[in-house]
Amino acid sequence: MTETDSFFETPAPAGYKGIWSWLITMDHKRIALMYLFVILFWFFGALILGLLIRTELMSVGKTIMGAQTYNAMFTLHGVIMIFLFIIPAIPAIFGNFLLPIQIGADDVFFPKLNLLSWYLYILGSIFAISSLFFGGPPDTGWTFYVPFSVSTNTNVSATLMAAFILGMSSMLTGLNFITTIHRMRVKGMRWLQIPLFTWSLYATAWVQLLATPILSITLLLVVFERMFAIGLFDASKGGDPLLYQHLFWMYSHPAVYIMILPGMGVISEIIPVFSRKSIFGYKAIVASSMAIAIAGSLVWAHHMFTSGMSDVAVFVFSLLTFLVAIPSAVKVFSWISTMYKGSIQMTPPLLFSLGFIYLFSVGGLTGLVLGAAGTNIHVHDTHFVVAHFHFVMFGGTGFAFFAALHFWWPKIFGRMYDFKRAYVAATMITIGFIFHYMPMFILGIMGHPRRYYDYMPRFETGNMLAGIGGYILITGIALMFVNLFLSFKNKRDALADPWGGTTLEWSVPSPPPLHNFVSPPEIKDYPYDFSDVVKKFKPGNIT
Amino acid sequence: MKTTHSDTKGSRLGMWLFLYTEILLFTGLFILYAAYLKKYPIDFIEGGKELSLFFGAVNTVILLISSFAVAASVTAIRKQSAKLSAGLIAAAVMIGGVFLFNKYIEWGQKIHHGIYPNAPDLVNGPPGKNIFFGLYYVITGLHGLHIIIGMILLCVCVFMILTNRIHEGNDGVLENCGLYWHLVDIIWIFIFPLLYLIV
Repeated sequence: MTETDSFFETPAPAGYKGIWSWLITMDHKRIALMYLFVILFWFFGALILGLLIRTELMSVGKTIMGAQTYNAMFTLHGVIMIFLFIIPAIPAIFGNFLLPIQIGADDVFFPKLNLLSWYLYILGSIFAISSLFFGGPPDTGWTFYVPFSVSTNTNVSATLMAAFILGMSSMLTGLNFITTIHRMRVKGMRWLQIPLFTWSLYATAWVQLLATPILSITLLLVVFERMFAIGLFDASKGGDPLLYQHLFWMYSHPAVYIMILPGMGVISEIIPVFSRKSIFGYKAIVASSMAIAIAGSLVWAHHMFTSGMSDVAVFVFSLLTFLVAIPSAVKVFSWISTMYKGSIQMTPPLLFSLGFIYLFSVGGLTGLVLGAAGTNIHVHDTHFVVAHFHFVMFGGTGFAFFAALHFWWPKIFGRMYDFKRAYVAATMITIGFIFHYMPMFILGIMGHPRRYYDYMPRFETGNMLAGIGGYILITGIALMFVNLFLSFKNKRDALADPWGGTTLEWSVPSPPPLHNFVSPPEIKDYPYDFSDVVKKFKPGNIT
Repeated sequence: MKTTHSDTKGSRLGMWLFLYTEILLFTGLFILYAAYLKKYPIDFIEGGKELSLFFGAVNTVILLISSFAVAASVTAIRKQSAKLSAGLIAAAVMIGGVFLFNKYIEWGQKIHHGIYPNAPDLVNGPPGKNIFFGLYYVITGLHGLHIIIGMILLCVCVFMILTNRIHEGNDGVLENCGLYWHLVDIIWIFIFPLLYLIV
């Protein structure tokens, strides 16, 4: 065993073998892979649920399942995708793996807490699974709106506890990241030399830390209501159900920025590498991340325009919502300007990133339709919202996740995958995605409500098309993962820097050794300086 | 080795971040309190009159004394008197026990008078009063839970001082547990006027 052996060969703590070298490890890279394993499990599960929902909706009336099953399925699809996949996916997997390396550290600040977060995630998963089998799966939707979540007979309490525990896990990860970035940057790395992915995780971590406790207490209150019938949200006992919605969205709107900010960080890393050009507006991207984190915390009530609010409140929240669009647009402009006159190298991660920019822009712009108080009344709670949300979360964060998988796969596993299959998969996913969600925009404007089990015959064509798109999408995703997993048959011979990246993770071997850096990392004045890369890599020599 | 860095400034930063999350947890309840106070000001004042100012005041003083003991114990360990430090922490734990005992009596009296969640008297009475006592039970209950957690942490500290794992030069754990105890204290400082001094 030498210092340059990869972390796969060097268990930490030393001396453990097999499964134990994983289950009690405090190495941030192993914990990241354990996250990858369980998060993918849930992702596949929730994908199948989503496909079943869309299959049910492909024709009028009952297609494959009853109404109660359908309600349970869309609830679980939402709960799993949000709390078990999108929120932890990029921070817990790629953040854990890369954040310490990007700032030249050998681990996160609290390694034990990091492992505890993983176990909390598992505990939350167990609660989520148990709600399936005991007392009937929950049927409230992932928003758990009162009064229904208090009065329904299904096992909502277990799901609420799952979300509570998962919130704690995500909060502790955020706490760990903030402390790590403050205290463990390698000597000589100043704040404006931190790579943008780490910056985005820093902004995310603050939102995780400051928003999650509000959700925790809100979910606990619903559990208390179910147990003790206190009446805090029960209008017949003096409570106000609307206050639940306020408290819920005070977390859950910032939570969508927990979901999207790390994705934006991924894209900010990938675009400059394959444009062979310094990122346009480094400081603007940093500032916009922080601006999104702050402004995004002040817009929660735009989910409630039809719930009953004063006109002044509607106006203020609508205005604030429009303001959040500005920092998001700054990022999109920066990415595009980075590519302008760059020497672009097409690779699978870049293709996914381009998909991200396009789909996220559509998602963001349709968000303005929803954020404007007038048009919101028309499309509120219709399929338009479903389409918007999935464009941002799936077309945004989901595509960023796929891009990150392809970008850092050789770094994490030391193996390169087949490019041709990856391109085919990426194209299928994008086309399937557009076919799947575009009809929902039109259905929404026509008035098709979300979450309904059945609909009028005039909506059938759109739903049928969406279903077909869904099957193309799923096939593409399956092909993508098969391609990635097939890389395990290849030799472990990926270069330390297969792409020509400039941040610190590309200066260490693939996969990295246990202590990340064999010799002290060398800090460049500016993290995105490609002058050496341009000399070393001739155009078109990435294979 | 990677796990043995001793950056007390860093671990204190982590603790402070954690304390923010605890404050925000209670903030959710305080928001509810504010919204309902605006809706039912008269009922809230009536509810506040029914709470025992005596118990509330005694518990406030008790918690302040225990916080002093915890703060003093950190100073004691820095002056190398481990026994004094452990004694002060143990005293703080016991005072915390007295707080819980008082709370138990107070809750017991209320329940005896038919004031408890979903009690017929409350549900059929004025809605604001039901909300006031609903919040009373949730807020003081959650705070009591934090007292218990704090007491467990302090017990761990006593044990670690006696086995010489906390000593002069390595008092980070004691200081962080102490911070937690002060947090529980300061949250009570907000709860006391909101519930007892509203009149």
